[in-house]
Amino acid sequence: MLTTVLAIVGALGVIIGIAMSWNGGHFGTRFMTNALTNSFFFFSIGLGALFFLTLQYATETGWYATVKRVIEAMMGFLPVGIVMMLVVLLTLTFTHGMHGHIYPWMDPAYFADEAGHHYDAIIAGKRPYLNEIFFWIRTIAYLATYYLFYRGFKMRSEQEDKIGGTDIHFTNYKKGALFLVFFSVFSSTSSWDWIMSIDVHWFSTLFGWYVFAGMWCTTMTVLVMLVLYLKKLGYLPKVNDSHIHDIGKWTFATSFLWSYLFFSQFMLIWYANIPEETTYYITRIEEYQLIYFGMFFINFAFPMLLLMSRDAKRHAGILTFVGLIIVAGHWMDVFIMISGGSMGANAHIGVLEIGMAVLFLGIFIRVVLTNLTKAPLTPVNHPFLDESIHHEI
Amino acid sequence: MADKVIYAMYDDDDVLKDGAKKLVSKGVKVAEVFSPFPIHGIDPIIGVKNTRLGIMAFLYGLTGLTLATIGMRYFMIVDWPMNIGGKPNFSYMENILSFIPITFEFTVLCAAHGMAVTYLLVNKTLPGMPAQNPDPRTTDDKFVMEFRMSENSSFSENELEEMLKETGMIEMDQKEVH
Repeated sequence: MLTTVLAIVGALGVIIGIAMSWNGGHFGTRFMTNALTNSFFFFSIGLGALFFLTLQYATETGWYATVKRVIEAMMGFLPVGIVMMLVVLLTLTFTHGMHGHIYPWMDPAYFADEAGHHYDAIIAGKRPYLNEIFFWIRTIAYLATYYLFYRGFKMRSEQEDKIGGTDIHFTNYKKGALFLVFFSVFSSTSSWDWIMSIDVHWFSTLFGWYVFAGMWCTTMTVLVMLVLYLKKLGYLPKVNDSHIHDIGKWTFATSFLWSYLFFSQFMLIWYANIPEETTYYITRIEEYQLIYFGMFFINFAFPMLLLMSRDAKRHAGILTFVGLIIVAGHWMDVFIMISGGSMGANAHIGVLEIGMAVLFLGIFIRVVLTNLTKAPLTPVNHPFLDESIHHEI
Repeated sequence: MADKVIYAMYDDDDVLKDGAKKLVSKGVKVAEVFSPFPIHGIDPIIGVKNTRLGIMAFLYGLTGLTLATIGMRYFMIVDWPMNIGGKPNFSYMENILSFIPITFEFTVLCAAHGMAVTYLLVNKTLPGMPAQNPDPRTTDDKFVMEFRMSENSSFSENELEEMLKETGMIEMDQKEVH
């Protein structure tokens, strides 16, 4: 019901937004910027859930067993997210990166003709890495790897419910470690390819970790809110305060990880003060000052001040309040990352932006809640289930 | 004041925890538990108050933050303005980004050391202090619960002993303290 309302409101917002900005110039760029922002944001929640699950497998963690199905339901958004990413990236490829506004390196005007008016030596120099064919080889490799691992973990999790024993557990342990090896490389390179290449002249070696930390933080925040919601409805009787406290700690810790990486990237570029590096921040500070630093402030200060104490991390109201705010904050982060490069000074948050985010949110919640109905909410034969039920900190 | 202390020894922390639960529900007051490692969930059972170490950590951290800020402002801006990489050398606020890492490090340093020393002091376990635990085996693989007769005046010694035997303890000892 809620998701239908969200989807309808979102779709209406998108239609009104399109009608309003159809003749406003930059329509195509604006539309695709939003499509990329939302596809990536919600795709990354699914990916973050897959990463978090494999992390639990690889470290043979016990406490999470009672919330495992919630993580898996979020992970189940991955196929939808992959399709969304594919549609957006294909559209961008066929429109030459929206005529060079989103992926300038896809637009032949910048590199094909050395005598041309728009010829850009830097983009031409980056062609061996940033070209459509290699880009698609990499994109397919990332998405296929994520999908195959997702399918394997989902299948084994369902098998475990029927068979039991420890064989599946040890397979998961090995595959989980293997996935982390792939993910550690792919999470960095995919964010270079999909996001950093929008600001094609600019580069930062920290960027991949920054995107990854934001993804992880969003995932943990969504997870804690989803667990609280399901627990309130009485679906997770085995989840106690200690589990909530633990996921709350993850929210707190990953917020700090994200803030730390934000600051590290910002401080080093500020300190070195090299023109080719500072361009990224100059655009964002000049055109997005309020929401850029506002986003940093709420993503850092809210979890720090409100989730510091032990009691707050066990309090459903505080967790949900902080959670809703920092999920919005991290959406804003992804939005500024992408539109700062593609729209620059022309970006603003209007009906189209909000409408599309609400539409994607509706689809996301619908898919996740539907996934929750597919398997028992408490795993039946997880080897650490007993430990998790008696989890107490 | 003369008092009698009873020590009950266990070889499993879960047995001790269940035993403590049963005893407390009968109204017995457990004075202390000695264990080689933290037993999760024992605190609320035997009625240990929430630790205030976190508050102290915050205060130590705040001290570190203040000291670092005052120190760096004096060294780098007031006493001998330093020009590093062409950054403005007369303003702390405009250079605040470059001072944040050190402020952070010093905050953590003060909080961590302050907490460690406070912890050792409060527990009377600074290096060289006499050991508090009744039996050296509690630093290896045994667990001891301590009862004070003065706190359990509603029970006789024999009653307490009987109850302890039911909880699965392996050894008992008692001592007069003054």
